[in-house]
Amino acid sequence: MLQNGDKAPDFTLAASPDKLVTLSDLRGKNVILAFYPADWSPVCSDQMALYNEMLRFFERYNAVLLGISVDGAWCHKAFTKDRNLHFDLLADFEPKGLVSRLYGVYQDGVSQRALFVIDDQGVIRWSYLSPIGENPGADGILQALESISTTA
Amino acid sequence: MLTPPITSRDHVTGNQQGSTEIVEYGDFQCPYCGEAFGIVRDLLQSLSNVKFVFRHFPLAESHEYAMDAALAAEAAARQEQFWPMHDAIYQHQQELSDDLFSKLAQQLHLNLEQFKEDMQDNQLVSKVEADFESGIRSGVNGTPTFFINGKRFNGDYRNLLSAVRH
Repeated sequence: MLQNGDKAPDFTLAASPDKLVTLSDLRGKNVILAFYPADWSPVCSDQMALYNEMLRFFERYNAVLLGISVDGAWCHKAFTKDRNLHFDLLADFEPKGLVSRLYGVYQDGVSQRALFVIDDQGVIRWSYLSPIGENPGADGILQALESISTTA
Repeated sequence: MLTPPITSRDHVTGNQQGSTEIVEYGDFQCPYCGEAFGIVRDLLQSLSNVKFVFRHFPLAESHEYAMDAALAAEAAARQEQFWPMHDAIYQHQQELSDDLFSKLAQQLHLNLEQFKEDMQDNQLVSKVEADFESGIRSGVNGTPTFFINGKRFNGDYRNLLSAVRH
């Protein structure tokens, strides 16, 4: 798993059937990557529902949130609509788990429940691997964003 | 850890001088919080040394009445009726609607005009949001989440009483 100080590997993934997101296009912003095992499963849903409430806090730190799982773009679309999510879920679907592997968080056919905070220069400043059945919350993300904004 | 610790801004019930401090982060529309409401009520009845605090953690994108319910409780607090409103909302959780809060305010004999005005007050929105942010910083990841003497209780809330007694 990539760590604090590593350069964040670039990628392009589908955020919906007709929208692609490229990490390096977000240079100038802090980026939160939230890898998670699957849409619809209970813990992930709570985790994404929590982050959905936090977007305005992330914006204060000039940060964009991206969720990533191996679910396909159509699955993400249905899940996003059902849960009223206001951020992009990326489909690490083909080849399956490629980006999750790049970040060292792919295991047993799914993305692990892992968080990365990447600064506006594309460098990983914090990462955290959560037990797969446990919602990691967001206190670690906020602390990481705070420390970036005070050292900038 | 609970961040910040209990302050004078918090709504306290139970024993104000209680040696055991329990803080709940809750959402008025969350069914699990509705269940926890009864558990907390029983707990406060059976233990005399518990100081109990409720902080708002509305998941407003998932629950359409969560934010208004939190504001209704805060508006009632301006007329010293936070806890009666808190209890009434949980007791009527199945009937949440746009009209419910005024109806409950009437039943609690609140000054209705003042209540409706306070429901629109941005200061109350800020207070609810400050609670939410303190929850995030304290490591709340869903509702209800309880803290016992400042430490997050990771067990099942149905076992709260035995955890506190222990």
